[in-house]
Amino acid sequence: MTVHPPPAAPQPTPASPERRAFVGRLWKGLGILAGLELAWVTAAFLAPRKEGTGRAAALVVAGPVAEFTPASVRPFPAGRFYLVRLADGGFLALSSKCTHLGCTVPWNEASRTFPCPCHASTFDLRGEVLSPPAPRALDLFPVVIEGGIVKVDTSRRVERSRFEASQVTYL
Amino acid sequence: MPPRPSGFSNLVLHLHPRVVPAESLRFSRTLGLGGAALVLFLLLAVTGTLLLVSYEPSPERAYGTVQALVDEARFGALVRNAHHWSANGLVLVALLHLLRVFYRGGHLPPRRGNWWVGAALLLLTVASAFTGYLLPWDQLAYWAVTISTGMLQYVPIAGDLLLRAARGGAEIGPATLARFFVLHVAVLPIATLMLLAFHFWLVRKNGGVVLPAEVGDHAAPRGLLVPTSPGLTQREGVAALVVLAAVLLLSAVSDAPLLAQANPGLSPNPAKAPWYFMGLQELLVHLHPLFAAVLLPALALGLLVALPSLAGGEAPTGRWFGSRRGARLALGAALAGTLLTTLAILADEPLRRAPPWFPWLAPAVRSGLLPVLAAAGLVAAIAGLARRRGGSRQEAVQAAFTFLLAAVVVLTLAGLFFRGQGMALTMPWASPPTEPR
Repeated sequence: MTVHPPPAAPQPTPASPERRAFVGRLWKGLGILAGLELAWVTAAFLAPRKEGTGRAAALVVAGPVAEFTPASVRPFPAGRFYLVRLADGGFLALSSKCTHLGCTVPWNEASRTFPCPCHASTFDLRGEVLSPPAPRALDLFPVVIEGGIVKVDTSRRVERSRFEASQVTYL
Repeated sequence: MPPRPSGFSNLVLHLHPRVVPAESLRFSRTLGLGGAALVLFLLLAVTGTLLLVSYEPSPERAYGTVQALVDEARFGALVRNAHHWSANGLVLVALLHLLRVFYRGGHLPPRRGNWWVGAALLLLTVASAFTGYLLPWDQLAYWAVTISTGMLQYVPIAGDLLLRAARGGAEIGPATLARFFVLHVAVLPIATLMLLAFHFWLVRKNGGVVLPAEVGDHAAPRGLLVPTSPGLTQREGVAALVVLAAVLLLSAVSDAPLLAQANPGLSPNPAKAPWYFMGLQELLVHLHPLFAAVLLPALALGLLVALPSLAGGEAPTGRWFGSRRGARLALGAALAGTLLTTLAILADEPLRRAPPWFPWLAPAVRSGLLPVLAAAGLVAAIAGLARRRGGSRQEAVQAAFTFLLAAVVVLTLAGLFFRGQGMALTMPWASPPTEPR
């Protein structure tokens, strides 16, 4: 079936073609503006809300220094960190979150590594990357030793690219 | 005067043309995959609606409501299983449908627009399957979504923003579940429905499936035409019943997994993604995350969009793989892809643990840019080789695509069956070593 175009109706010539074009553009602009406004409201509505400021009270009391033998690892599952005492007696609080994609790394006593169960990254006792794909050493939480008691501040996550001696806390 | 069609056949005949070429009804023409996908989608809508009645989207209640549904509701487990298997079936069938269309030349102009709509539908399907994955709030759900959303942090510049937008915060929590729930039960299904209508309309608009030129003659270019009802409608009905039977049978004998409730402090070992992301997870083991998580997926999407245009305007022949030569070239490419990917995985296993070869190179270059460039060189070499062997431009593109497809299949199978504890390479039948605690 062929469609014939309807016979052209006599068009009334607009009084001012420039004005008509201007009003057309104005409407288009207003339409775009309304679209942007809706997009902005949606984005702002969906944006994550600010986290509470009551994070100062995240100090975990790990225990007296003498409880931790050198070259040992003790997990603190509630605080999501491992308290590591290095062979030289220094302390490190390693986040248990893999720096690759966020899986929780277990401690393997036999190989003395933290092997990630998701993409096979491994970390050593100091949190240093032994094999990729993890791009950075495990994050740290600040350790303070007050009156012979080890405390870990889990509210402050410290990112680092590699292990450095300055990160270790000594008695 | 023929009898007036009933209201029902009126509707069916509104979706379909009144008559269809007898040749297009041949099973090998479509393998019934598009129809099967539609049946699975409808089945998902029905079972999903039933599940929605008893599910509560909060981290405290979600797991309990799913457990109660399975243990207490009559046919609760069956409905959940049917939803699970339909979802996995839909991802698989949609992928196979894409391959069928591609290897039959159905993506080439004039059907290019519908190929893009189909690609968008595939993305919506995977997004639906993935958002549904989190809802039971078990260990499987929690860690798969932790890993997948974690990939966003490697997007240059906007990474942190995207990660927080997807999770609704820095960590997976109530906001993540709320977001995924709304996407899963409202946004994605409605978008899918609208695009499906567009997809079907374009199929009709483009004159149905691709037919080889020798089917028709000058008088009847599309060969013998038969009435749609019952020629096509009856076949569709039978195919729908076969799909339904398969899903119900599978749901009766095999339960959808439900692990322990989500525990942010403990990742399962090994923690694996759903099967359609397993190739990506395997890639993440080998390559720098900037490439594995961001650039390669973006490149793959770009390739999917560009595929119809790469053939340089060649018309489809309507035969599988274009021609016999095209089939031979594709087979060769598939073998090369399988072999080389297997070798690459095996070779990388000791290399990954050894000290790096060029320690002065940035990791993103050493285990990202260089391997990706090497792979791209191989793909180009395959296409060039296919051209040299007399393949048409479309057949060369097809060979290169097949090479990549084989690589993705090998990566997926390696991740699914050959990765054990700590994601170490093992044989699927090897018993996992007991880990000292």
